[in-house]
Amino acid sequence: MKSSTSPSSFPKPEIGRAMNGADVVVECLAREGVDVIFAYPGGASQELHQAFARSDKVRVILPRHEQGGSFAAEGYARATGKVGVCMATSGPGATNLVSAIADAYMDSTPMVAITGQVFTKYIGKSAFQETDFFGMTLPIVKHSYLVLDAADLPRIIKEAFYLARTGRPGPVVIDIPKDVQQAKLTPVFPATVSFANPTLGELPQATDDQLKRILDLISTAKKPVIYAGGGLVSAEAHADLKTFAEKTNIPVATTLMGIGAFPESHPLSMRWFGMHGAAYGNWAVDQSDLVLCLGARFDDRITGEVSKFAAGATIVHVDIDASEHNKNKRVQFPVVSDVKYALTRLNELIAAAKFTAPDTKPWITQINEWKRDYPFSYEDHKHILPQEAIKTLYELTKGDAIIATGVGQHQMWAAQFYQFDEPRRYISSLGLGAMGYGYPAAMGAKVACPDKQVIDIDGDGSFLMNVQELATCAVEKIAAKAMILNNQHLGMVVQWEDRFYQSIRGNTILGHQDNIGSPDNPGGLYPDFVKIAEGFGVKGRRVIKKSELKEAIQEMLDHDGPYVLDVIVPYTEHVLPMIPAGKTVKEMILK
Amino acid sequence: MRHTISVLVENKFGVLARVAGMFSGRGFNIDSLNVAPTHDAALSRITVVLKGDDSSLDLCIKQLRKLVNVVDIVDFTEGQAVVRELVLVKVKADTKTRSEIMQISDIFRTKIVNVSQESVIIEITGDEGKVSAFLKLVEPFGILELARTGVLAQKR
Repeated sequence: MKSSTSPSSFPKPEIGRAMNGADVVVECLAREGVDVIFAYPGGASQELHQAFARSDKVRVILPRHEQGGSFAAEGYARATGKVGVCMATSGPGATNLVSAIADAYMDSTPMVAITGQVFTKYIGKSAFQETDFFGMTLPIVKHSYLVLDAADLPRIIKEAFYLARTGRPGPVVIDIPKDVQQAKLTPVFPATVSFANPTLGELPQATDDQLKRILDLISTAKKPVIYAGGGLVSAEAHADLKTFAEKTNIPVATTLMGIGAFPESHPLSMRWFGMHGAAYGNWAVDQSDLVLCLGARFDDRITGEVSKFAAGATIVHVDIDASEHNKNKRVQFPVVSDVKYALTRLNELIAAAKFTAPDTKPWITQINEWKRDYPFSYEDHKHILPQEAIKTLYELTKGDAIIATGVGQHQMWAAQFYQFDEPRRYISSLGLGAMGYGYPAAMGAKVACPDKQVIDIDGDGSFLMNVQELATCAVEKIAAKAMILNNQHLGMVVQWEDRFYQSIRGNTILGHQDNIGSPDNPGGLYPDFVKIAEGFGVKGRRVIKKSELKEAIQEMLDHDGPYVLDVIVPYTEHVLPMIPAGKTVKEMILK
Repeated sequence: MRHTISVLVENKFGVLARVAGMFSGRGFNIDSLNVAPTHDAALSRITVVLKGDDSSLDLCIKQLRKLVNVVDIVDFTEGQAVVRELVLVKVKADTKTRSEIMQISDIFRTKIVNVSQESVIIEITGDEGKVSAFLKLVEPFGILELARTGVLAQKR
């Protein structure tokens, strides 16, 4: 073809056949490489569903609640790095997407949320199922569009996907009125996107001077640490981080978002740190003289009292987002850069120049002593403990599963007692902390990775919040499994009640208050998750006896299909270590 | 501290809401706000005057820079920019007071743009000091209505 030999390198827009707006949306999604969308229909999005029905390019999965569908899109995105896509109708359909959009914004998850909107002529007139979704989501989106002309659809969708996945990823909303979906047009598909905002073009790159300065700091450091965040996972920079840490002999502690960015079984790994993170990771950061923060944002759950965080250290902060610098913590060396570029170039500079790695032996010896003396641990108990169930799951899956979680104690224990050597394996609502995230996220991850074992480690409170997605998994044959650590309480809130509110229970009991279920009182257990699963046509099993735990988990793993394992555990366990909110490492509770 | 922030944006719907939301969501109260297209009709300039502590405003500006429709931002500190505002003020004026009001107006080089039996409308342009000095002088006559554009700023 002539165009392939043309000296012009500018790709040309392509003119499509005549179709309606909804067909254009489907065509654009296919062009963006979307293979699945989680979509719940309604009056204002029906045209779009009709267009999907006319096409075989995109698999449409019907969740049983829009929130489930949107968390599933996030799970899909977190497991793959690709853009997760969900869709809902106007009004209540759209408002049910809000939690996931806020979550994707907090955790920088690439997501495109499409919503139907009422006919343009009804906008602003309190029409049936009308909400100003564009206005409602303004503070929680990377960007958003209300489409008023069908001819704009190809450009808008291309921009939306570009924005969702590029730079610091995030959610983009596209609100499409029904008449725009119905409009007949001959679409023009643009080959490229362009933005007036100059920061949206090339990814920022650190200068060699900045990077050499970092290497100088490293050379003279005695107690350096790497503080590695979710930005490394987004940037696919885990291999570069490993090379860098090994060449510089610097131990690595990740955030929860950064789990798997550095292999947790690596001798230099300090697992993850923060409020419930490894004591040794927290101590190391606290006593460090050089903190290299890569793709993280000094969240309050990491820093505690921020003025006391790594008080004796020189802090280098490499982040793609300039607005993260000096936001929570003032640092000496802010570097605006794509973290993958920074690490790749650092590794090149190390190889090229006469870089002397610091002598971190005494420091690492100290850290290894802490690791030996203060590992994540729990005391044995006559009943199954939640920590034990997770550890057993880890052993039986040989650490090779994708783990999703809800929010609460189980979420922390999952990160403590399941060990991750690869990124995109711990999928959890970390910034927003949205309960109900686990099972739909596991569903999305399983759709993305059908050959992987995907397990939602959940609490009985969180699981119930999106329990309806069992129907989706049953009908769509998605073998996402749930291991519920059922303690009949909202465990994390109970823990705070025990620590800070004299154990006064403020609506934290999930069953009948006069007959609270427990391993010692199986008659009081409420609700019956196995029966619920059965009602959905999903296999389930309750395990109370310690002696049956291993075999029950194995049965769950062996089952070819969705599964609910209801593990009954006492509610008396606390997640430790714990640095109480706003306190410092010195005030860490170990016992 | 008081800041005058000039934000160059794409002239599209929703952009003002995004910019204003960035301030309101962080508890900044906007003292004045002006939006109008530039010589390039595809772009508008938003000029915001507000008070806030420097570090949180600095963060706010960095976050504004990330908005897709934002092209450029300048935070003017005093003295760096030419600052002007246009004010229309309707002052009570009868046969007894009209000439005195016109005298004051003359001194301030304002324009009388409408005269009726009970009032005059005066157009005044200037920086904040001039505008408030003038308003203070005409206030005793009775201000019936007041409209102002908010501050506009341009780098010297």
